[in-house]
Amino acid sequence: MTDTAVESRRQTRPGAPAAPPLRPQNRQFAVLAVLVLLAIPLPLILPSAQGAVAVRILIFLIMAVGWNIMSGFGGMFSFGHAAYFGLGAYTSAYLLVEHGVSPWVGMAAGMVVAAAVAMVIGYFSFRYDLKGAYFALATFAFAEMLRLVTTSSDVVNGAVGYQVPLIQGSSVWQMQFPAGSPAYFWIALVLAGGAVALSILFRHSPAGRYVVAIRDDELAAASVGAPVMRHKLLTVALSGAITAVAGAFYTQYYLFIDPQLAFGSSVSIEAIVTAVIGGIGTIWGPVVGAVIVGSLSDVTATLLATPPEFLSFLQGRSGLDVILYAVMLILIVRLMPKGIFGTLADKISERRRR
Amino acid sequence: MSLLELSGVDKKFRGLHALSDVEMSVSEGEIVGVIGPNGAGKTTLFNVICGALKPDSGSVRFSGTDVTGRKPETIARRGMVRTFQLMRPFASMTVAENVSLAAQHHTRGAARLRDHATEVVARVGLEEWAHRPATELPTAGLKRLELARALAARPRVLLLDEVLAGLLPAEREPVLDLLAELREQDGTTLVFIEHIMAAVMRLSDRVLVLDQGAVLATGTPDEVTADPRVIDAYLGEEPTTDADA
Ligand SMILES: Nc1ncnc2c1ncn2[C@@H]1O[C@H](COP(=O)(O)OP(=O)(O)OP(=O)(O)O)[C@@H](O)[C@H]1O
Ligand SMILES: [Mg+2]
Repeated sequence: MTDTAVESRRQTRPGAPAAPPLRPQNRQFAVLAVLVLLAIPLPLILPSAQGAVAVRILIFLIMAVGWNIMSGFGGMFSFGHAAYFGLGAYTSAYLLVEHGVSPWVGMAAGMVVAAAVAMVIGYFSFRYDLKGAYFALATFAFAEMLRLVTTSSDVVNGAVGYQVPLIQGSSVWQMQFPAGSPAYFWIALVLAGGAVALSILFRHSPAGRYVVAIRDDELAAASVGAPVMRHKLLTVALSGAITAVAGAFYTQYYLFIDPQLAFGSSVSIEAIVTAVIGGIGTIWGPVVGAVIVGSLSDVTATLLATPPEFLSFLQGRSGLDVILYAVMLILIVRLMPKGIFGTLADKISERRRR
Repeated sequence: MSLLELSGVDKKFRGLHALSDVEMSVSEGEIVGVIGPNGAGKTTLFNVICGALKPDSGSVRFSGTDVTGRKPETIARRGMVRTFQLMRPFASMTVAENVSLAAQHHTRGAARLRDHATEVVARVGLEEWAHRPATELPTAGLKRLELARALAARPRVLLLDEVLAGLLPAEREPVLDLLAELREQDGTTLVFIEHIMAAVMRLSDRVLVLDQGAVLATGTPDEVTADPRVIDAYLGEEPTTDADA
């Protein structure tokens, strides 16, 4: 054992683990700052095809951070985060196309709408004590309902959806740049960094600690004064708002949104798979998960578009990504039930305590 | 005037009359022991007092206001805090985190919360375990954690559901001393459910005996243990000393 390790143990009696840092969020913010700084030059280094993957990763990251707040920290398993993604996408697209409102304002409006809707669904679910599979089903049903409503509603262009009007040149205010511009990546990076920062702030705030306690044991938490309903509503609102950011940005980046892309269940699945693979209920799980799932989704897309000789039967098919997600989920749940980051973090802290 | 007052409290589970027409009154600074055979309704009584269950009828008054059927968190914040007979730690947290969470509603700031938690953890003798996951605690440790968490919430009335169960006789002493000290130093009012009669006799100013959901008797420990109905319903069944019956 090294001298410093001996030193740090001397503070408590042998065998008893030392106190954790008083403000663990400080280290997490520092790690986040380093990650963001390292990522800044990426679009200038990467070939442009890889640049698109990097943006995809950041979109997955924002979705997974949003999902993780509600389902990881809060333990309320959502199978319908497409609802909030779609509300972000549709609110901003609607305001832009129909009223010429800047996508930034549209994004903020989308966050408000998603948060409000999340609180309404949440209120009724909690009021009638929907838990576990029933809660998941309710969220799924709600996202599906939104998909059907938008599909059949002329107010939002029905099944056709929205095309983002193209402008001349580039404009930060209009969030539009020439195809392949690194600006898209940088905007996504700011949004994703902001989402992670919010999630760190929330997790270590008094409210965030209550939320985790309520997840662990609702009655025990209430019995020491944790206001249960208020904190659950706060959690779902924050989760919905962050996920809406992903939807609004997605629309600007791909210049197009329709009911299936916005509210389809594959959106919900992507949010879940990303967080689960990285590690539910951790700060960095969604980050690790997004890098893996985002990259893989590109690999599968390429495979399907131009398969190598021996896989030629895949040509032009779809659904390979979903199969791959399923396989990865099974592997992760079997081998690393806390996700990649969660399991590694546990191993390290266990070793420290030895 | 009494600090906690129950009148006509009734609670049924399907056909089972878990509490029937319970009257109870506890004054500020009093220590009240609650005894009774298994299934008498003692834990149910706490659940009703602290808002985990709504009574079918009757009322619970605390410090002059009606708190019947209020939410558990409201009641806890007003100053009635209970422990759980079947321990309910926050499984993802360390012992110290469990305790500091309970202090959150009256203390702000990471440093002050930590200091408060450290003090309470030491008070129940869990220092060695402070930064270990709560789930690693043995039963006796979990009982102490229940007590620590309730204490950290700064109760005016502390309701303890069998905190001595599972502790070795030698481990009970410091807990009993702590409970006595709580009244002396903090002026805490105590209501405690306990099967260990030695502890009940030593601590209680007054004892309430529940049997099949009804109050069978109340009085000083000596009065109650001499009551033939109590001996018949409860004390007679099991040895009051450590000798084998
Ligand atoms: N939530 C519930 N639903 C249905 N029945 C219940 C519930 N809680 C308690 N009971 C029943 O009510 C009766 C009283 O239970 P309670 O737990 O209050 O007894 P107790 O006096 O605390 O017993 P013990 O000494 O074993 O802890 C028991 O018959 C129990 O099975
Ligand atoms: Mg009981």
